[in-house]
Amino acid sequence: MAYDGNRDFGGGYDDSYDDRPEFRDGFRDLQPLEPGFDTTNYVPDVVRTFVVYLYRHIREKNVYEIHQMYEGSFQKLSDRLFKQSKWPAVEMIAPYVENDHVFCLLYKEMWFRHVYARLQPTLEQRCDSWDNYCNLFQVILHGNVNMQLPNQWLWDMVDEFIYQFQSFCQYRAKLKQKTDQELAVLREIDEVWNVVGVLNYLQALIEKSMILQILEEEKDGNVTFTATDGYDYHGGTNVLKVLGYFSIVGLLRVHCLLGDYHSGLRALSPIDINQPGVFNTVIGCQITTIYYYGFANLMLRRYVDSIKSFNQILLYIFKTKQYHQRSSQYDQILKKNEQMYALLAICLSLCPHPKLVEENVNNQLREKYAEKMLRMQRSDEAMFDELFSYACPKFITPSPPNYDEPLINFNQDAYRLQLKLFLSEVRQQQLLSSIRSFLKLYTTISIAKLASFMDVDEPTLRVALLTYKHKTHVINYDGTVLSNADVDFYVDDDMIHIADTKVTKRFGDYFIRHIQKFDEIVNELDRTQLE
Amino acid sequence: MPGAQAPQQIFTIEQLVALNPYNPDILPDLESYVEEQVATQTYSLDCNLCLLRLYQFYPARMNVHLIIKVLVKALMALPATDFNLCMFLIPERLQMEETFLNLATLAHFLETSRFREFWDEANRNRDILEVVPGFEQALQGYAIHVLSITYQRLPRSILAEAINMEGLSLDKFLEHQVNNNGWALEKGGKVVVLPLNEDNQPVLRRNTADSIPLEHVARILPVLV
Repeated sequence: MAYDGNRDFGGGYDDSYDDRPEFRDGFRDLQPLEPGFDTTNYVPDVVRTFVVYLYRHIREKNVYEIHQMYEGSFQKLSDRLFKQSKWPAVEMIAPYVENDHVFCLLYKEMWFRHVYARLQPTLEQRCDSWDNYCNLFQVILHGNVNMQLPNQWLWDMVDEFIYQFQSFCQYRAKLKQKTDQELAVLREIDEVWNVVGVLNYLQALIEKSMILQILEEEKDGNVTFTATDGYDYHGGTNVLKVLGYFSIVGLLRVHCLLGDYHSGLRALSPIDINQPGVFNTVIGCQITTIYYYGFANLMLRRYVDSIKSFNQILLYIFKTKQYHQRSSQYDQILKKNEQMYALLAICLSLCPHPKLVEENVNNQLREKYAEKMLRMQRSDEAMFDELFSYACPKFITPSPPNYDEPLINFNQDAYRLQLKLFLSEVRQQQLLSSIRSFLKLYTTISIAKLASFMDVDEPTLRVALLTYKHKTHVINYDGTVLSNADVDFYVDDDMIHIADTKVTKRFGDYFIRHIQKFDEIVNELDRTQLE
Repeated sequence: MPGAQAPQQIFTIEQLVALNPYNPDILPDLESYVEEQVATQTYSLDCNLCLLRLYQFYPARMNVHLIIKVLVKALMALPATDFNLCMFLIPERLQMEETFLNLATLAHFLETSRFREFWDEANRNRDILEVVPGFEQALQGYAIHVLSITYQRLPRSILAEAINMEGLSLDKFLEHQVNNNGWALEKGGKVVVLPLNEDNQPVLRRNTADSIPLEHVARILPVLV
């Protein structure tokens, strides 16, 4: 994490939760509770000390310790004691934390997150979790919360909030196996996980925190936000501001899940993804941001923007993934990594641009998708279908179903629509890749000749050339036209003149890198002393 | 609605969409704004997307006629991808209805530059298209755009087919373009010369030199010395 543990946030390190005798040797002395034991009503000693310490650290704004307990101890306790069961109910631990209202809300948030991760949430739990988020956000928006929490936790809150919303929409759309009782409840609870509610909470966090003004003013140097990773070193609170910031990414995600890519990208516009920002401080946030940014651009046909952003993040993951191996998010990081390689393969098949992809990323891509990319370049629609279905987000239908109609499962509807529209776009681009491969071979060629090579008649070829131009030229938001193609041409009556940027192999960078590497190795050798 | 009041209303609608977009109460304003866009030949993608989004949330309040008008307006915005953006938000069931299928076919022809088929099909759907004034000019503008980024010189017949004009009206049109937009005619009017722009004259054979920035070389100088 982007976290300098040497900064003194107040509170002593000798007071660390992890130094307690039970937790040395990696929790080996803890006995897991027997299966079938009702875990919600019994508070083991370790859990009691856990909440007491966590509460104290939050009171003392000891962000480093909070982070250690949140990332480390909570996961370890979950693994040892609550692998398939729930944490103790909040009423049981409340007496140990002075019944602090805000702490209880935070504890419940973690409680529900655990249930979603390890167990299958019931309808009642889904509703209760929604209530908890409403209460928590209300307190943060309108109360005067004076805490500093680690960015990881704040990101997880927003991330989980949207995840549970997505999960509920999927759950609600599977009508076939619902009992009558469940249907009756569903009919009544229109506001629970209502899409308008979710969006308005994200919007409210953004507005109340004034994060947009902060980001603007930061450019003039009047305010420090990014420089301190969002933390407040003057005794204030970072919670509202950072939640507002992460909600910007949240809006991008929700819009993409609804299929509204344009609005998603507009919502993200205050954040410049090419500059370091608070979104870099949490790897989950960085990956989510770039994944949805790249996906939205793919659907908008802005393939170059997509390729550049995927290249950037895949390189970053390649270099840093070993540091996250023990994190609870490791699996998710890997999954998104694979999905982004698939999306990159799709982009490069539709818009080949070998220079934009860095060497390591390219090697990984070849390893995973070389054959599939060849087939996509030959317009194999099934291949596009396969990769798109694997890599796309879990689209949702935001409106409640009509409970009076026959009960069917329609949770796949949104996904099917997006897939269908994507494939029709692919079909429209069918002739483009063969035009490109022919054009690469010539400087000039007559329309008649090219038509005979491609086995089509002249009018069809003219139309295909126009399509090539149309599809490869994107219109920017300011109206200017930008060419995405790496092979471009113009037509003079009935002659095609091709402009091909001759790509010379880049030896320079390669050699420089290896010279440096060898230099390091030689220095290492000098340093090792032989007996 | 129109007249002196119109600019005031547009300002407010855009503000509404910017500040409070997730609110079903603004639905009537957005709906009347679509009618206004049609009447005054203006266009706002963000407001129309907001409308379609709210229809997604409240399908019972969907007004199919307005959706059709939004789609026609989006077609007129080509070469921007607005039509596709709108289609992403319209439920599949609705897209299977005849009017929507026809609009999708029109869009398909336009996206694949099949202008002759497009104008034929447009003729068969005059009832939907004539409701939105400015449709023909907008699509002619799109056709000219695509031709301009592809051709330096093109046969007159191709132009005629693309913009659905011929004979005297085409002559008048060409005259106007020659006088105002830098077009030219050759071979007695058989070949049209389009003005040069960045896209129809890409520089031939750009050689990207294998150049290395100074900083990179500076990094290895200590090693080489």
